[in-house]
Amino acid sequence: MGNSRMKCRKCGRPAAINMRRHKLALCDECYPAWFRGQVERTIRQFGMLAPDDRVLVAVSGGKDSLSVWDVLLRLGYHAEALYIDLGIPDGGYSTESKVRALRFAEARGAVCHVVSVRDRYGLSVPELAMRRGRGHKVCSLCGLVKRHIMNGFAWEGGFSVLVTGHNLDDEAAVLMQNTLTWQPGYLARQSPVLPADSEGLARKVKPLCLMYEREVAAYALVCGIDYIQDECPHAVGARTLFYKEILNQLEQRSPGAKAYFFTQFLRAKQSGAIRFVEGEEVALHACERCGQPTTAPGLCAFCRLWQSDTQGDEG
Amino acid sequence: MVVVRYRGKEYELKPGMTARDAILKLGLDPEAVLVLRNGKLVDDSAILEDGDEVTIVAVVSGG
Repeated sequence: MGNSRMKCRKCGRPAAINMRRHKLALCDECYPAWFRGQVERTIRQFGMLAPDDRVLVAVSGGKDSLSVWDVLLRLGYHAEALYIDLGIPDGGYSTESKVRALRFAEARGAVCHVVSVRDRYGLSVPELAMRRGRGHKVCSLCGLVKRHIMNGFAWEGGFSVLVTGHNLDDEAAVLMQNTLTWQPGYLARQSPVLPADSEGLARKVKPLCLMYEREVAAYALVCGIDYIQDECPHAVGARTLFYKEILNQLEQRSPGAKAYFFTQFLRAKQSGAIRFVEGEEVALHACERCGQPTTAPGLCAFCRLWQSDTQGDEG
Repeated sequence: MVVVRYRGKEYELKPGMTARDAILKLGLDPEAVLVLRNGKLVDDSAILEDGDEVTIVAVVSGG
């Protein structure tokens, strides 16, 4: 202990993390307060949360969601959590991640709701993917299932806002993917705040969207947050990981490159320097089965997934 | 010797190198990992000493 060449900028103790993009090294005692201050600033900057909001945090048992929940509780928000049990059996992944989410809640006297996909709908996510013949697309199907359950739970539970743990690396990777493939619809929608602009849609915010993934992991480790470190077995080879790798190579050569890429995009959109021509306003309908908003009349993409006699295409 | 653990595997490295040297020695990206020495988070410039137990933690997730 103590043989670090780099010292904490605030107190002079050995540094625990050096953030080259900020030219800032901090020790394990000064870092958590700095991190929480940064998140608080992001919440203010984008008008994400009000003090009296009833907040629902979507937690996976991973570093990002548990860290953002930790920060919100420490900042005094009324924040409950939702853990969605996807039923991923490989190496006990779902069991291990659920245990971590529930332990976290118990240690802080906080509420963590659990929804099991299998208990509620009859099949786990991998089983559903197999049945739909989309074994190779588990991640997109999983995303659809999670978004539907999170939105429905937040809306029906009377929560005023849904918080997710997306960090800057997540956002930059999505931005890179959507830019390289020129997806104006997705680019127009990418934002730290997604408003509840229709009946049945929960407002969604991402308080960690300006924090690097490495900084979030450092926060979790320094604060002793026991999170699941194993990657979801289905994420191996995921395209997001490939884009993150490229972005980290850029960051290695040019500290701050990832943040610049994402924040300048947001700035350009906000100032009107980049504009996406609005298409015709898409009318939303209530799904015939679940009532959640959907673009096409009839069943929403989620409910179509569970029909045994049709293709489970997304829409 | 310095014992370094990463993703369930163990490596033995010579003392005196920095945490960053250890990361590079294992062929990892310094932007994508963090280093715990004897359970404490250390920055890349920390010098690893004989008997240190080091864990390299991957920080990237996605799907």
